[in-house]
Amino acid sequence: MAKNREKELKKALAIEAKRPEKRPELDESSSKIENLKKAWYKFSRNKLSVVGLIIVILVILSAIFASFITPYPEHAAAYTDFANALKAPCAQFLLGTDNMGRDILTRIIFSFRGALYMSVLVLAIAVPIGSILGMIAGYMKGTIVDTVIMRVTDIFLSVPAMLLALSVASILEPNLKNSMIAVTIMWWPWYCRIVYGTATSCRQENFVIGADLMGASKMHIIFKEIFPNCLSSILTKMALDVGWVILIGATLSYVGLGEQPPTPSLGQMVSDGSRYMPDAWWMTIFPALAIVIIILGFNFMGDGIGDMLSKGDGKND
Amino acid sequence: MADDIILKIENLKQYFPVNKKGPDGKPLFVKAVDDVSLEVKRGEVIGLVGESGSGKSTIAYSVIGMYRPTSGKILFEGQDLNAEKKRTLQMKKDMQIVFQDPGSSMNPHQTIREILELPLKVHKMCKTKEEMKQKVKELLEMVELPENYMYKTPGAIGGGERQMVAIARALACEPKFLILDEPTSALDVSIQAKIINMLLRIQKERNLTYLFITHDLSLMRNIATRVAILYLGKIDEIAPAEEFFYRPEHPYTQMLISSIPVVSEEEEALKPSKIESKGEIPSPVNIPPGCSFHLRCPYIMDICRKEDPIMQPLDDHHSVRCHLCEKKNSNE
Repeated sequence: MAKNREKELKKALAIEAKRPEKRPELDESSSKIENLKKAWYKFSRNKLSVVGLIIVILVILSAIFASFITPYPEHAAAYTDFANALKAPCAQFLLGTDNMGRDILTRIIFSFRGALYMSVLVLAIAVPIGSILGMIAGYMKGTIVDTVIMRVTDIFLSVPAMLLALSVASILEPNLKNSMIAVTIMWWPWYCRIVYGTATSCRQENFVIGADLMGASKMHIIFKEIFPNCLSSILTKMALDVGWVILIGATLSYVGLGEQPPTPSLGQMVSDGSRYMPDAWWMTIFPALAIVIIILGFNFMGDGIGDMLSKGDGKND
Repeated sequence: MADDIILKIENLKQYFPVNKKGPDGKPLFVKAVDDVSLEVKRGEVIGLVGESGSGKSTIAYSVIGMYRPTSGKILFEGQDLNAEKKRTLQMKKDMQIVFQDPGSSMNPHQTIREILELPLKVHKMCKTKEEMKQKVKELLEMVELPENYMYKTPGAIGGGERQMVAIARALACEPKFLILDEPTSALDVSIQAKIINMLLRIQKERNLTYLFITHDLSLMRNIATRVAILYLGKIDEIAPAEEFFYRPEHPYTQMLISSIPVVSEEEEALKPSKIESKGEIPSPVNIPPGCSFHLRCPYIMDICRKEDPIMQPLDDHHSVRCHLCEKKNSNE
């Protein structure tokens, strides 16, 4: 009996020690760590986003260290080995070989480079342009600036991205750079639209009005007050878009307007392999699977980022 | 220094267009504030009361500069605030506002420290980062919050604490005039008392002038030195707080004060005779002709339906806008 009571008492004391007012006082660095922990908690609540993060990390790492981890790095370039052409997956070639006798696994991993390079560059150009224009238009809603920016955005949005990318890529020399330019031109208006929406709702919030009444500059209001509130939608869309850009890149190279051979690209590999279907199914199925996995990975991660940033860190309601 | 007038509102009109046309084809306006004149002396707490939609907040927003007045002038220390298209930094510094909802008045993505540093940065009040941090600590101390709150985000602290941070932010740039737009109506009563006491203490310490907006008459009695009552964008009565509660002249004021719920009979005896509150405040788009209050007034006379009364001073401090009071005066 007495022992039980002692146990109860200990439990109660432990709970007492965890009460908010008994928690250790936070200083600057530990509160930052605390915020990071909270962010990770929110991100990892959805197990799929963790899976997505792992896939993304693996893809990025394998792209960086492609020449060290692939079994036949030389197969990524112009290389022929007709003795081993069209081999089914086996111990020597894990995912089989293509019509030139090149290892599919090696070429898939090397093609991650082009895919990531393209999506990073497209987003690095499209996102800042789109978000800055969107924030300016949103904050200055109702003025001529807003009208001009948003009508231009509408015009760009009305042209199908694929169509413009195809026409630009076919007018200019078909290569990775030109298809990237085409995709970038099509991509910023989406960010402009999304950020515009958030910015217009922000400008009526008291904290923006208050900052203006305080005498803060327009630059401060746009970048310090409005931007953090748009960040969650921007980052979420970015993570989702990496997958889409890769898909568009694959589509462009599928029709022969993207990365030019012999540099490996996923779309090209699917396209080449389709001629050998269904006998050499591995030539098509594995690159296609790689596309699916990358896109899923980035999408899951995007959901997680959205959860993490959705309500501002530390907000409990 | 008794006549040191810090803020003077002259015939302020604030109309907002509505996207409709009246029966005569003219565009309609919401007459949120219709010909309001008000003088605020330095060091006083002037209270603005009125029903929802009576234009209390609109007056505050016009004074602070959120809207440009449709007509009329707002003079701050003798200077016309709207003479230029944009207010100078100094004008913005001298006048600050605390909003009603502490939830939306602070950026949820900033820490309290960033929020409090903004006015200091904008008005260049601190030279070094250390000084800035010290100042933020002092501000938190002033509103009785622990200093480690500066690393928290507004979402992580309670509503009352958020409002205290909002007050600290408003006072950070050392204004002379503070507008409090229902600062306590979103909070529960125990925190209300704490905030009101704090505001009064700070007001005394810094010799500030408050424009206090509320619809809570009991609260007004405790803090205001002078009270102005608004009805449909017009001031009906201005009086020192004492007189306002014990000798209200305007039927609307009487109606409001007699409807304050009380507990004991002694309190009941102090109130003016019960006037039943009837009707609703009419739409400010469609203001009735004559006295705007005549639809609800128990003492309605013929003249009230035709002529809008004008402000009449009863004595030096007490002014009323009512035909009934005009009559009383002439009879005496």
